[in-house]
Amino acid sequence: MNALTRGKYLALLCLLPFAVFFLVFQIAPLAWVAVHSVQAESGWGLDNFSKVFNSKFYRQAIQHSLEISFWSSLFGIVIAILGSYSLRRVDSRLRDFVNAFANMTSNFAGVPLAFAFIILLGFNGALTMLLKQTGIIEDFNLYSKSGLIILYTYFQIPLGVLLLYPAFDALREDWRESAELLGANAWQYWRHIGLPVLTPALLGTFVILLANALGAYATVYALTTGNFNVLPIRIAALVAGDISLDPNLASALAMILVGLMTLVTLVHQWLLKRSYHVAR
Amino acid sequence: MSRAEPGSTRLYHRLVVYVLFLLLLLPLAGTLLYSLATSWSASILPSGLTIKWYLALWSDPRFLNAFGQSLLVCVGALILSVLLILPLLFVVHYHFPRLDALMNILILLPFAVPPVVSSVGLLQLYGSGPLAMVGTPWILIGCYFTVALPFMYRAITNNLQAINLRDLMDAAQLLGASTFQAAFLVVLPNLRKGLLVALLLSFSFLFGEFVFANLLVGTRYETLQVYLNNMRNSSGHFNSALVISYFLFVLVLTWAANRLNKDKS
Repeated sequence: MNALTRGKYLALLCLLPFAVFFLVFQIAPLAWVAVHSVQAESGWGLDNFSKVFNSKFYRQAIQHSLEISFWSSLFGIVIAILGSYSLRRVDSRLRDFVNAFANMTSNFAGVPLAFAFIILLGFNGALTMLLKQTGIIEDFNLYSKSGLIILYTYFQIPLGVLLLYPAFDALREDWRESAELLGANAWQYWRHIGLPVLTPALLGTFVILLANALGAYATVYALTTGNFNVLPIRIAALVAGDISLDPNLASALAMILVGLMTLVTLVHQWLLKRSYHVAR
Repeated sequence: MSRAEPGSTRLYHRLVVYVLFLLLLLPLAGTLLYSLATSWSASILPSGLTIKWYLALWSDPRFLNAFGQSLLVCVGALILSVLLILPLLFVVHYHFPRLDALMNILILLPFAVPPVVSSVGLLQLYGSGPLAMVGTPWILIGCYFTVALPFMYRAITNNLQAINLRDLMDAAQLLGASTFQAAFLVVLPNLRKGLLVALLLSFSFLFGEFVFANLLVGTRYETLQVYLNNMRNSSGHFNSALVISYFLFVLVLTWAANRLNKDKS
């Protein structure tokens, strides 16, 4: 064996610890879930999945998850688009400050965020009181679907800004000037130039936000102590709950969630390849 | 729209940015005010200001314990990540560049598989048997390594590409260094700053991790987020002081990372 191949073998040996840890903490749990999702009392089969899809309760969990993810991603991305486009057009001091602040609030999620929202928008929250006293709203229930959509939207905004801000690099200022010189108005510019160029980036960001909301567990758990029916809450309740444990059924639900996430990830990778990169 | 933007357009953009800022600030500002209030109910502003909630929090042994345990788990996970990921990156980029494509697929896994899904398998696999780790901090350290992996891998890859790994290695070896010496004494010091930024940012999001901590370990080794959740029935003011203390800590870390990043460029 010459020195060169021995070096390569040594190098491969360096990969071993990483491979072991990745296998133990990432691959093995996923494999367990995949195998046990198709195992029922009677042996192999799709019993678990048919149980899920025949149950009103689990169908509702899936539907809630999809609805909350969709609306919070939509609101989140609209706010992020308006925000990051304007961010590029204000002076650099304000821009850097707000950008850094958005970066930091992206860590403000999960349990602390749920608590902040309870204080502000809970039944006796300061903002709820204020809005009630001024008569803008009759009542507001943070612990409902619309309440959760607001909460989710909040943690989608910083992520959306983070992802979209660089995407606007693709829009060159001289394109707008050229369009204007050729007689296009603002609407025509956006309709025929701006939006088509940005579309892959916008869709890519949208699917990332979707995935972010679909997998979110901490926020909704902390807000409703696990009483709101969404997919991650159901999965956790079946393996760590107090009443009925059913790891196989949990696995089937988990595979449905992974399926949704994989779809989203694949769409994102595909969009990434198609997106327009400005030559620098 | 004319070329030199008219005042109205400028005003619009400033307004949007201010609204965005206020929107993001509102929950934090509300929590801050609540944490400093003596009492606050059925009125728009609190009746008085105090720091007693912070004093109560920072003298609660259970809080200090949870804070310390969170620090230990996160630092442990980051040390493990560096020990596992640095050699991996070096080997991939220096010896097997084609493996990078495979790695880019593998590091999508922690992203596509939410922690709640992994937990299902982890609870069953390591609840008993030879690798019984559920309920101990060790399982958290391992899981946090997978959480940090995609971010660390990308961040360090960007750094490696910026320093021309191959040229550096060739130069060092031409001067008589072994591969090992070249990697440790030449490449590693060049990665120091980028690595530090990646570590600070990873720390700030690991510090906020709740799902694994709550499902796999819970109160058996209470971390800060689990403590926060378990204190849900105590005073809202106390909880606010806790939320603000946590956020300030993370703020300092991300701010430090931002500063370091700016110095670099």
